[in-house]
Order: sequence, then structure tokens, then C-alpha cells
Amino acid sequence: MSETPASSTAITGAEIFVRCLLEEGVDTLFGYPGGAVLHLYDALYRQDKIAHILVRHEQAAVHAAEGYAKSSDKCGVALVTSGPGATNAVTGIADAYMDSVPLVVFSGQVPTSMIGNDAFQEVDTVGITRPCVKHNFLVKDVKDLALTIRKAFYVATTGRPGPVVVDIPKDVTADTCVFEYPKQIKMRSYNPTTRGHSGQIRKALEMILSAKKPMFYTGGGVILGRASDALTEFTRRLGYPITNTLMGLGAYPASDPQFVGMLGMHGTYEANMGMHYADVLIAIGVRFDDRVTGNIEKFCPYAKIVHVDVDPASISKNVKVDVPIVGQVEPVLRDMIRELDSMQQKPDAEALAQWWQQIDEWRAKDCLKYDSASPLIKPQYVVQKLWELTEGDAFVTSDVGQHQMWAAQFYGFDKPNRWINSGGLGTMGVGLPFAMGTQFAHPEATVACVTGEASIQMCIQELSTCLQYQLPLKILNLNNRYLGMVRQWQEFFYQGRYAMSYMEALPDFVKLAESYGHVGMQITEPGDVEGAIREALALKGRLVFMDFITDQSENVYPMIPAGAGQNEMILL
Amino acid sequence: MRHILSLLLENESGALSRVSGLFSARGYNIESLTVAPTDDPSLSRMTIVTSGSEEIIEQITKQLNKLIDVVRLIDLTPHRHIEREMLLVKVKVTEAAAREEVKRLADIFRGNIVDVSQETYVIELTGHGSKLDAFLEALQPFPIREVVRSGVMGIARGEIALHL
Repeated sequence: MSETPASSTAITGAEIFVRCLLEEGVDTLFGYPGGAVLHLYDALYRQDKIAHILVRHEQAAVHAAEGYAKSSDKCGVALVTSGPGATNAVTGIADAYMDSVPLVVFSGQVPTSMIGNDAFQEVDTVGITRPCVKHNFLVKDVKDLALTIRKAFYVATTGRPGPVVVDIPKDVTADTCVFEYPKQIKMRSYNPTTRGHSGQIRKALEMILSAKKPMFYTGGGVILGRASDALTEFTRRLGYPITNTLMGLGAYPASDPQFVGMLGMHGTYEANMGMHYADVLIAIGVRFDDRVTGNIEKFCPYAKIVHVDVDPASISKNVKVDVPIVGQVEPVLRDMIRELDSMQQKPDAEALAQWWQQIDEWRAKDCLKYDSASPLIKPQYVVQKLWELTEGDAFVTSDVGQHQMWAAQFYGFDKPNRWINSGGLGTMGVGLPFAMGTQFAHPEATVACVTGEASIQMCIQELSTCLQYQLPLKILNLNNRYLGMVRQWQEFFYQGRYAMSYMEALPDFVKLAESYGHVGMQITEPGDVEGAIREALALKGRLVFMDFITDQSENVYPMIPAGAGQNEMILL
Repeated sequence: MRHILSLLLENESGALSRVSGLFSARGYNIESLTVAPTDDPSLSRMTIVTSGSEEIIEQITKQLNKLIDVVRLIDLTPHRHIEREMLLVKVKVTEAAAREEVKRLADIFRGNIVDVSQETYVIELTGHGSKLDAFLEALQPFPIREVVRSGVMGIARGEIALHL
């Protein structure tokens, strides 16, 4: 807005929209225009402070906004049109809901006078998205627009974060009123807890210090709550073993000896056995998801449980806990460290030494081993090489399936916000748009997308967006010509009846990448893996699509089959 | 176990469907649900009768509290409380004897006949759900044409009050 209107001048809803984004510090949004949002796009066109990234499909706009948010400490913003624009966005919104991603999605709506008339490109966006948003709004009057946008950002980014949808009818974007952005926001029905209860914190610490076989089990909440440093300090202070969930990787440095790897269905032997035999479980920013607990009846049979979470509804939802602490993870951990310093009691060194001895025995199983002498490219090897060559410092996104698990197992994340994947909803197709959003948040960083030939095709059109914005992503396609995870389950549990899990009629990915103006490579020999990744990383300004033809029969190990306990893993 | 939850929620379009959507999405039971604006027109008061184990009821209250439109919530069950439901029933009464008998039953149950036609009575009755059940049972010999029940409303006795 070159001519900033005086505060007493009425401006259009579309201009108010832009002004609100500026007030919220938004510099990037992802979207796709359409009839209902033409006024909004016109207002965006007439300013130069906010970059609008044009995707090729609305689903990717939301995923890119998620990647942007997950890799940074900002709120993601997406803008889509009414009807199909909104329905295409729903998968991204649901994905953000499951993984608690702070996101504000603006959707256009038909004019207020036409709502409910089955107008062209009309859909009940607020109704459709209601079950998969933290909250949503339909703005019926331009006078409510600024306050609603303020509320949307406030709700999306505080407490347990999540997506908020703001549905704006076209006439509201044309109507005018005086713009005033509320400085303070107070909602009588929304007061997220911050500090934990001091009595509970003390009780928790007593339990933690009495442990003989303790285990930290921490998750995405630590990353969302920016509590990595506090967690690392607290864990090191105690000398206890720690495992991270899929969403929590990087919250504690993977290269640290106290880290026992990821837990859960494809977690390490030592992490899952440690969970099973633990006597005190310190659960922080986690939600006891079924992919973590396995059979809930058999979960942590010997453990007393401390659970810290900002969302009271996450506590004792799946597993009854002994000491619940509702509060933001960071201040709670800081309080715990302070309390620990003031206490006489110290961890039981002798018991801890024995516990570590036991854990080291489990570690010695080397549960992630694979046939490294194979003449075929092993997918694990590709991820390992990526980790080595990027010195563990890249931003890594993944899609969903076997390659996701291998990326989680073999790329050791030492920092938070580096591992961007879809944990809760398990959305195939997120990898490429996640990487786009991540690259926009970190223009200079190396951003790698570990994907598979099935997932990548679910948002492949975004290669065009990558060309338009010159995004130098490194795509590692672990191409096994199968829906690998589906195939693995069919092999294990359906006697090898591979129903619809074979990927036929694949495109030539090299040519495909080239047709979008990128660099394509196909790698078929294990000996060429390292060279290819090196070459790709050296091509600084270019997107490189590496199509690795991998061993089709490779499975993800260890594996806890559905219904089994954490100590009942299938190992290679 | 049966629980009565009382809620104050923002009197906004969509608030009701957030609550009912939560119950259907998470598979919780709703026995009855009533809602109307309060003396403060920005607030609605809702009474939900539901059932489930203690763990489920705890989750229901937590999930309801998590809804942005829910301002306050109380589970009346552990408190001394009053619950009331209203019944409107239309009975076919053609014979004089039947008219007499139905009038007598309504009186016994302290109901009111609020509409009279050539062939029908509409009776209004308020009370605990079990009283309404008993009244309908007593009316069995007569042809019941229509039954409308309001669902349960509840309020705590004594000092406990659900307000801002």
C-alpha cells in the first residue's frame, strides 16, 4: 500500500486483509486465485511487502504453508478461493490439525446474499472444515474482519497450535470501513495455560528422581513449544536415556549418547525395550499415539508416568498417567530444572549405571542393520549418505511410507525444526510442498525431500512452482516400484497378496524433471549413490531430482505389528 | 454412567454444530441436548445428557472445554442438582369416559390440559424424565397421537452456579 490511508478513512475489506497480514508480520503466503478472492488478489497486487507464492494446486498451498511454519517459528498462511479451492485445501488443513501446525487459511466465499443458494463455486467451508480445525470463522461483515483475523492468528499460534480457517465472502472484501487493528486480544472462552502447577512439578521431580529405570519420551510438543534447549539441559542433568517420537526428532540431539533413537512401530529395539521395562516414564509434549504405544493394554506395564502437555485433553486420553502437568513445555522444563537444583535428592547413580548397561545390551543388537553388501541400492544407504554429505545439517522433508521411516531412522537430526513430515494424518504428497515452504523460510539452506515414486506423484505438479521461484530443492526419490509400506504389510499379514501395491506405468522421472526445467538423474548402482548426491548438492541454484532405483524387497525394521506390545518387535 | 453436563457457550452460529459434531466425530453418546439463549444474549446455555465410563466423561469434558465457543462447563452429576424435562402429548379422547379418565390422570401427575378439540387433548407435563415416562405409561390405554419431549435441563442446588 503506497498510500497509507489515514486512520479515519474507510478502506475495502481486501485492503484491510492486507493491512492485517502486515500487522501480523506475514511476509509470505501461499495461494491460488479464483473468482471469490479477486478483490483480495487485487489488493495483494497493489502492495510489495508480502510475497504471494503461486502454487499449482490448493492442497500444496496449505502443505507449503505448513512446511514454512514447521521449519521456522512463524505462522503459515494460505489463501484459496471458494468451493473447489477450499475443498482442495482440506487435506492440508487436516494434516495441520493432526500435527498441531500453526496455520491461518483464508478462503474466499460467495457473496453473503448468495450463501445457501448453491451458488457457483459455493461450498460450506466452515462446515466442511469444522472437524479438522482448531477454530474457524465466517466473516459476515467487513466491520468484523480485522478483529476476526487478529483472533485467527492468536488462536492458531497460542496454546496447542493448530489451523484456523477464515472464510470471507466476496462482498465483505469489497465493502469498506475504517481500519483499526486491535492491539490487545482477549477471548473469554480461550485462555491457554502457560505455567505448570508448582505442586505437580515437585511431585513429578520426586518421582523422576526415585527412578531406577527412567525413560524420557518426548514429542512434537517440545519442538512446537521451542523447548529443545530446556529439554536437552534437563535430560543431560539427569543422565537418563531419551527417545523421541517421529514428530519429536531433533528436539534432542540424535548424536548424543543419551539418545536411544525413535520409538514406536518402527522405532529402535533399545527405545522400545527401554519403554517397556521403564519404571518411570517422563512424557513431554507427546500424545500417546497408537503408532507409539502399540497395544495399549501392553504399554509400559511397569512405569509410573509423568506427562507434561499444553493440551489438557491430551492427558490421560489413551493412557492413564500418574502425575499430569498442564502447561507450556518450555516454562515447565525451566521450572523443573530450577526445582532440581534446589533439591537434595540426586538420581540413583548405581541403578542408573545398571539400566544403561541393560540399554547398551539392547543397543548391541544393532537393530537398524541392513545388507550393506547388496548389489542393489538399499534405501537406508541413500539416507545415510545424504546425512553424511550434508553433515546432518540439512532440512529434510519426507512423504509417507517406508522412505519416511528410513529417513527418520537414518538421518540423525541434531536440531529441532529440521525434520518436516506428516506424522498424524500420514498424508502422501506432502514432501515436495513441505520442502517448498521450508526453502522459502530458509532460502540459503539445503532442503532435501526424501520421497518415493508413489508419494511424489501426488503433488508432482509443484515442480512447476519450483521452477517459477527457482527453488534449489534436492529430491531423493527412493524408487522401489511399490507402495512400499502397503507391500510390506501385504507380505507380512496377507501372505504376499500384493493387491494394488505395485506401481506400474511410472513416468521417466529424469525426463519429467527435465521437462519442468530441472536436473534429473537416475541412479541404479550402489557405487553411484554418493557421487550423485555430491553432484546434486554442488548444483547450488538448481532443483535436482535423483531417481534412485532401490531394492524392491526391502522392509522397514524393527516393526511392532498391530496389536503387539513394545517388546514384541519383528527384527531383521 | 449417566452424566448431565451444563455449558455456557457463545451464542454464535455454528456453536451448536461444533458441540454436536464433537460428539459424533468422537463417538460419544448424546441422550438429550437442549440449548437456548440466556439472560445475557451473547451466551447460550446448553444441557447435555450423556453416558460413558469415568474416563470417557473426563475426555468429553476436556474436549468440550477445548472448543473455542465453550465458555464454561460444569458436570452437574456429582453435585446436588435439579433436572427437569417438559412433555407435550396429544391423546385421542372421543368417549366421555375417556375424557374423564385422561383428565383425572393429568391431574394426578400435575399436568395441564393446554388444548382441547372435539377428539383430542394436548397435555403439558413437567418433571424428572422418569415421571414423564410414568405418565406416558399410564396413558397407554388411550391412543397417543403425538409426543414431544424437550430434553433435560439442569441446574445445581445451592451456591454452585454456572456463570461468567
